[in-house]
Amino acid sequence: MVLDSGRDAVKTIDVPYVAHLARLTLDDKEIRDFQGQLDQIVAYVKIIQQVDVSGVEPMAHAVQIRNVFRKDEERKGLDRDVVLANAPVHDGEQFLVPKIV
Amino acid sequence: MNYSATIGLEVHVQLATRTKMFCACNTDFGSPPNTHVCPVCLGYPGALPVINEEAVRLTVMTGLMLGSEINPFSKFDRKNYFYPDMPKNYQISQYDRPLCIGGAVAIEANGVAKTIPLTRIHLEEDVAKNMHVRNASSIDFNRAGHPLMEVVTEPELDSSEEAFAFLQALKQILLYGGISPCNLEEGNLRCDVNCSVRPAGQPALGVKTEIKNLNTFKGVFQSLQYEIKRQIAVLESGGTIVQETRRWETETGITESMRSKEAAHDYRYFPDPDLMPVVLSSEQIECWKALLPELPRQRCDRLVRQYSIPPYDARVLSADKAMADYFEEACRYYASSQATRSAHAVAPSAAAGDEKLAKTGPKAISNWLMTEMLRLLSEKGIDIDQAAIRPKALAELVRLAEAQVVNSNTAKDVFAALFEQGGDPELWVKQKGLVQVSDAGAIEAMVEKAMADHPGSVADFRAGKSAALQFLVGQVMRASKGKAHPQRVQELLKKKLTTTAN
Repeated sequence: MVLDSGRDAVKTIDVPYVAHLARLTLDDKEIRDFQGQLDQIVAYVKIIQQVDVSGVEPMAHAVQIRNVFRKDEERKGLDRDVVLANAPVHDGEQFLVPKIV
Repeated sequence: MNYSATIGLEVHVQLATRTKMFCACNTDFGSPPNTHVCPVCLGYPGALPVINEEAVRLTVMTGLMLGSEINPFSKFDRKNYFYPDMPKNYQISQYDRPLCIGGAVAIEANGVAKTIPLTRIHLEEDVAKNMHVRNASSIDFNRAGHPLMEVVTEPELDSSEEAFAFLQALKQILLYGGISPCNLEEGNLRCDVNCSVRPAGQPALGVKTEIKNLNTFKGVFQSLQYEIKRQIAVLESGGTIVQETRRWETETGITESMRSKEAAHDYRYFPDPDLMPVVLSSEQIECWKALLPELPRQRCDRLVRQYSIPPYDARVLSADKAMADYFEEACRYYASSQATRSAHAVAPSAAAGDEKLAKTGPKAISNWLMTEMLRLLSEKGIDIDQAAIRPKALAELVRLAEAQVVNSNTAKDVFAALFEQGGDPELWVKQKGLVQVSDAGAIEAMVEKAMADHPGSVADFRAGKSAALQFLVGQVMRASKGKAHPQRVQELLKKKLTTTAN
């Protein structure tokens, strides 16, 4: 996970901030609980910092497969009524959401 | 105090692919909403994206045209945020390994040539289109997943004029390369603008603001003009600029604050585990390099060399690829008709004295395009591809004018008619009876009649009012329904007016 350079220095996870980014609403007790659990997880993952990785190129992917492409050829997608059937609100053509501006 | 402005642009370009970036849905503009969608572009759980090879090729071609370095190792990352236009809650983009690094675009603004360096060119997916109705926003996912190439400049543009010139130059190159249709009405080119001002001479840049989602070049120009003035006014009055995102309001002509950077998004980019990295071999890049199209500047130079037209003409013609294509096609027809020239069915003998007035074919074709064609195109608001007069017809019209089959005024009328309805100029001239009257006897009869009908003008001319000559020429031209050879009418009139006076 890429963190802002300013955040790299933070030793513990800012749980309310991370919860907000994930659009999760946590109460005070949950924040305390997750704080402990997440700090534990981070501490565990930090073990890997003991390994000397200087000179090792960061991996972009776990498997060594490259260049998986498709040709620029059209295939039919889904019918609109099927697509809209799952929407909480629609007008028969478009999805409708609470006004966003 | 004097201020300098510093501007950087992020230009989003929809690529000319048939299908979307990561799925096989059609990319046609203007289809009914939500009819080109599938599990991938709707972000259904478990649906897997696959890279469209053509989008990668078009982006690399752009980089090669703009002199970028092509990244041998490139990858796609997730840019995480919540917004209804992005159903996966992340946009697939490129973070630290874009396809192209660096490059430059040559521009000319206010008569000064300058090179604007690029930071990078990367590839991402477009988002859905929102429309805002009274109580709700509607979402059309047809656009979601359209391959979107982002060209990022260094902050080295100094004025709204330079930003405008940059966009025009970039568009021209993209059109030449067939990278994007660059249709602004269809949202093919959209722009984010970063702008700051600082007192002239101060080395450190001022605080910048960003204006988002401008979809016309005029909008970029006007919003920058406004924003530079606004920032200067804030500083002059002792205030400070807040780093923020602003929205350009076309109706009111001002920029308005959208959100400040403190509450800016934390996108938490990370490599997309669904997509494998792109590794381009130097052989592959060389292979694409060999297919690079001729660029506007190269074509301009070649037009001067090959057709002996003035550099000014070549610049105007090569500015638009379709216009330059049209010109060259017309020149080819012109050249191929050279051999059969004497076989013109209706060609009367051309007067030797007029030969020197005739432009060479390519120059005449260029003149037609730069004057009548551009005027009519802008009047009708259409592109040259939509003009009914085709290159072959223009070449023939130039031949007819050269051979004096029609005079220049008639030729203009023929051009205007064929511009509307197309067809063959020679046939048109014959059918409408527009063949120029060069026959000395016929002209003499009309000249004598005009003199007899307007004795006052004849007397005026002889009394030294030379303007009367033009009136009499006009009378003869009208009597001939515009078909008389104007120079010959004038010569003959002059001769008769002066000789009989003595």
